[in-house]
Amino acid sequence: MTTTHADYRLSQLDQLEAESIHIFREVAAEFEKPVLMFSGGKDSIVMLRLAEKAFYPAKIPFPVLQIDTGLDFPEVLDTRDNWVGRLGVKLVVASIDDAIAQGVVIDDGKTSRNRMQTATLLNAIEENGFTAAFGGGRRDEEKARAKERVYSHRDEFGQWDPKMQRPELWSLYNGRIHAGEHMRIFPISNWTELDIWDYIGREGIEIPDIYFSHQRRVFERDGMLMSETPLNPLRAGETVEERTVRFRTCGDISLTGCVESTASTIPEIIAEISIAKLTERGATRGDDRFSEAAMEDRKKEGYF
Amino acid sequence: MSETNEGAANATNMDLLRFATAGSVDDGKSTLIGRLLLDSKSIFADQLEAVEATSVAKGYDYTDLALLTDGLRSEREQGITIDVAYRYFATPNRKFIIADTPGHVQYTRNMVTGASTADLGLVLVDARQGLTEQSRRHAVILSLLRVPHLVLAVNKMDLVDYSQEVYERIHAEFTTFATKLNIPDLEVIPISALAGDNVVNRSENMSWYSGPTLMHHLEHVHVASDRDLVDVRFPVQYVVRPKSDEHHDYRGYGGQVAGGILKPGDEVVVLPSGMTSTIEGIDLFDQEVTEAFPPMSVTVRLADDVDVSRGDMIARVKNAPTPSQDIDAMVCWMTTTPLKPRQKLAIKHTTRTARALVKDIQYRLDVNSLHRDQETKELGVNEIGRVQLRTTVPLLCDPYSQNRTTGSFILIDEATGITVGAGMINSGA
Ligand SMILES: Nc1nc2c(ncn2[C@@H]2O[C@H](COP(=O)(O)OP(=O)(O)O)[C@@H](O)[C@H]2O)c(=O)[nH]1
Ligand SMILES: [Mg+2]
Repeated sequence: MTTTHADYRLSQLDQLEAESIHIFREVAAEFEKPVLMFSGGKDSIVMLRLAEKAFYPAKIPFPVLQIDTGLDFPEVLDTRDNWVGRLGVKLVVASIDDAIAQGVVIDDGKTSRNRMQTATLLNAIEENGFTAAFGGGRRDEEKARAKERVYSHRDEFGQWDPKMQRPELWSLYNGRIHAGEHMRIFPISNWTELDIWDYIGREGIEIPDIYFSHQRRVFERDGMLMSETPLNPLRAGETVEERTVRFRTCGDISLTGCVESTASTIPEIIAEISIAKLTERGATRGDDRFSEAAMEDRKKEGYF
Repeated sequence: MSETNEGAANATNMDLLRFATAGSVDDGKSTLIGRLLLDSKSIFADQLEAVEATSVAKGYDYTDLALLTDGLRSEREQGITIDVAYRYFATPNRKFIIADTPGHVQYTRNMVTGASTADLGLVLVDARQGLTEQSRRHAVILSLLRVPHLVLAVNKMDLVDYSQEVYERIHAEFTTFATKLNIPDLEVIPISALAGDNVVNRSENMSWYSGPTLMHHLEHVHVASDRDLVDVRFPVQYVVRPKSDEHHDYRGYGGQVAGGILKPGDEVVVLPSGMTSTIEGIDLFDQEVTEAFPPMSVTVRLADDVDVSRGDMIARVKNAPTPSQDIDAMVCWMTTTPLKPRQKLAIKHTTRTARALVKDIQYRLDVNSLHRDQETKELGVNEIGRVQLRTTVPLLCDPYSQNRTTGSFILIDEATGITVGAGMINSGA
């Protein structure tokens, strides 16, 4: 735990924490209606922890927004409820199915749930009048994210224009927006996957069980191990078997793969990641594999 | 489930070095970063495979490591860097945050973005060409931004037969130029980003060079002493008021320490009101700390019920900035419509936002010759000049040379909301 240091040096993890807390406070002070986008994954849990610290002993002064894809891991929803309950924050759930029912999102049978998630999110932001939405994106995750500012401006259509980003100097963030626009805020931009795990370990905070090694019935698809679930029907030639696995990211069940792993504690996970050969998205995210610019294209449309 | 990391991984104790690349287009910045990542084993197999596949598809003879950082579609199409890319790697004792910045003049504002937070600037030059206008411009910007450490990497040594003479000539030329700048620490390293000489591994082709490799220098350059631990500066960011039964009377001031060391019991002054009080306690989440120093984010409680709000600053009674509405600063202009006298803008300085009127543009700095052009009374895009501003409320500022946080500001166009300028306050304002 950080108290004081004889030589007045702050470890890199403490520096990252201080930077993130600064960002949370800045947004809470300058934006009318911020919201924290909570995916249930480790990154959004770390965000919640940082927000908790930024305003303590006061409660987090903004609600938490979750997009219910209908394809969420039950363990993730449990963790979400525990966190929201303990912190006493308001939870706003926007469901893709409701959005389809209301005709806000069109399900043409060809669009993935992932893409419909973007439309549902933008609709929820607009309906609730949110002016700033915190996201758990990290720049080390993916090459388009590596380019994004901490304050990332979105136009009335929720779009990101990577060629027109505002200069962002020192820690002086510019939160000006026009009516109908909003800002995406990435307080953990500078954290790496390893930092996230070090922090979870140090803070001793709750994350979904699926990050730890467990037995699961899985099948192989496009070189990834996918969970057997009625939400994800088998295709010809695919066979299910039980393996010892864990998840490195938690997205939508139908697109998120797991990796074979016996790591059942945080130090073991850290040891595993330190020697990992694949990025977490490359290893386990079907949504980023469609093209070299898959993430950039989705981000331009308004994805997380 | 939750487990505590008993072993306290080394990563939690590592220190941090932020560095930014600079230099002309094609001098090899992106390639160098790719090389640093590759040779420090920070590249994942899927990233390398993707880059190799793209290089083959484009018909290149070698793997284009620049593709590792040029992450936008238009960047890969044009083979250039448009915006800053942030990359991360770590060696056992240090984590590095790299800002790979663009070299084109029209993207200078993105270079400034990447360099503003850097501890070290890495300027590349192509050994065949020597210093160019862009490398001079970037060295000037790094010096104005007070990036405390500078490395001049003489790249593409493989294309000049690893010639010592070429290295010495560029070294001498830069040293002469640098005497007019403010560069406290300079290292000149001959490298080949493509072949890897002197990047991570010592070159076998340049036995005449006895200095450090780039990686060795990055790992060992001393950055802790770059902060100001003397002059207490605490810009109040957010007033924490729980209004709960449990913490009924709690009132704390959240902020990030910008300078000095704060301790409970210290006598402090709140600016601009000038009211004095004593620090009752300093909270970091649910713990009280005995000291707070930069760049800690803490919550400060005062003994007296003084009026404090966002935008105010806590300092020491005998060491506080003078509130001023007249600001004299070097401004880097970042938009196509020029900056002119009488123009009105929004200004953000620490946690305080106000409006500013441009009273005068004293001169435009020619970044090549460092000549001060007093004839032109406006600043075009990517130009730097000395500007006098009058603000609607007093700013609590220090010279930028003393404190990079309390000495800097941004200018915002009130109609578009875009950040159009970056300012560094001069001393004696
Ligand atoms: N021969 C040689 N070519 C290099 C070296 N470093 C970079 N290059 C090449 O120079 C070109 C421009 O490099 P790039 O990294 O994109 O430059 P940037 O614009 O500064 O980011 C590419 O074709 C590189 O392969 C080097 O050390 N030696
Ligand atoms: Mg480049």
